[in-house]
Amino acid sequence: MSSGTGVPGGGGGSTVVLGEQDVARALTRVAHEILERNKGGADVVVLGIPTRGVPLAQRLAERLAAVEPGVVAEQIVGALDVTMYRDDLAQHPTRAIGRTVEPPAGIDGRVVVLVDDVLFSGRTIRAALDAINDLGRPKAVQLAVLVDRGHRELPIRADYVGKNLPTSTAERVRVLLAESDGSDAVLIEGGE
Amino acid sequence: MRHLLSTTDLDTAAAVHVLDTASQMAATQGRQIKKLPTLRGRTVVNLFFEDSTRTRISFETAAKRLSADVINFAAKGSSVSKGESLKDTALTLEAMGADAIVIRHQASGAPHTLAHAGWTEAAVLNAGDGTHQHPTQALLDAFTIRRHLKGTAANRDGVGSDLSGLHIAVVGDVLHSRVARSNVDLLHTLGARVTVVAPPTLLPVGIEPWPCAVSYHLDEVLADRPDAVMMLRVQRERMSTSGGGFFPGPLEYTRLYGLDARRLAMLPEHAIVMHPGPMNRGLEISADAADSPRSVIVEQVANGVAVRMAALYLLLAGDGDATGQARTPAELLVPTTQEATR
Repeated sequence: MSSGTGVPGGGGGSTVVLGEQDVARALTRVAHEILERNKGGADVVVLGIPTRGVPLAQRLAERLAAVEPGVVAEQIVGALDVTMYRDDLAQHPTRAIGRTVEPPAGIDGRVVVLVDDVLFSGRTIRAALDAINDLGRPKAVQLAVLVDRGHRELPIRADYVGKNLPTSTAERVRVLLAESDGSDAVLIEGGE
Repeated sequence: MRHLLSTTDLDTAAAVHVLDTASQMAATQGRQIKKLPTLRGRTVVNLFFEDSTRTRISFETAAKRLSADVINFAAKGSSVSKGESLKDTALTLEAMGADAIVIRHQASGAPHTLAHAGWTEAAVLNAGDGTHQHPTQALLDAFTIRRHLKGTAANRDGVGSDLSGLHIAVVGDVLHSRVARSNVDLLHTLGARVTVVAPPTLLPVGIEPWPCAVSYHLDEVLADRPDAVMMLRVQRERMSTSGGGFFPGPLEYTRLYGLDARRLAMLPEHAIVMHPGPMNRGLEISADAADSPRSVIVEQVANGVAVRMAALYLLLAGDGDATGQARTPAELLVPTTQEATR
């Protein structure tokens, strides 16, 4: 891990806490944990929360499919946009609405694993739980995040965590993914 | 975006953004639960000085699907018909805490006055003013055109694209039509080539600077193979000499400017037929054309709800802008990252 290295373009004081290999290992571990907890992948669907949860969900689905016979990645992956369910819409300039894509078989009676890059206040996940309600009735909802940075404002906790990352509220956690940013990395910025 | 008064307020990127948002709204309307909590606690007033059941229902449906509270205010039978001014009505609505006012008025410019006179803090949506503008109608038309002519199997609504390369004919009473005005502006902004077709008497004086071609001959324009034909409603009261004598009679109008089976057959395979409704079957459009598979008239109505949901969302959701500064249409485009509060 290249901890402590400044990243070009990342501004002053940014620290890499997870590199490409670390992200890959964390996702592989989370995929195995999902299969272990749910005793296989038969009922599991993964829903990514835009924007960076979506490629993470895609990668998780591919890992699940690689490990578990009978699981097809395209059949179990989807995206869940939560913009219209947020409780802070009035406090911020208008947000662009993302896409919601249900897995082909829907989510009724399945175990839905929500996937996001960073877990912080928990408000996004609260919104996601509302959004799922309007889509259908899953058997259970679980939460997988790449980074848990703490500072929860709601009683929400992740079932699967790539990396626990204690931060101060002044710091900013940035997740870069190859799909949108060219390479995989988790950075901490600011904090002074 | 603070208000939506005219399609000229939108630049290309802003217009595409509204259409893309409408596409996401439309996607939620296929679900079993169509209602979203997005505008919970917000109040939308439908202020209609002119009767228009369809437009009002469309706005009402859109607001309710976003969980806003809706108040319908029809001027007929209210104090407005007894002489209350627009200003006093606006002050009343402001006092009642309206967050958005959807206004339909017979006077061109009334929504502009309401938005800029300082009587109300509410966002103003123009739902048709006089012969001036009807922006949500133009947006839903553009949405429908984009869906049919730019959509692909993978991207059904043509999300992200404009209307460049398309040729659209707008046919009929352009003189009295706010739909035509709004559409010419918006379609041009989105990169389409527009031709308006009408008898000379039904074209406004000073049409030259409009960003469109003008023709008096429908057959010639159809021979040019337009990608979409938008028929405008001809009001029956304008047909006789007492109504202004814009043309000699319905029969002649139908023969020269009506979309019938013969003209329908002249259209290219992919072309679509549009009409803002309500139609005069047998006058500007024949039953053959109205009911043909290429007619998207009923779909326009459904798309109207999605487009109005998008407009209400974009005007109201981010209303509590901390700076309190009015945002320009261009700023509406900067999608906020969702990283700040996770």
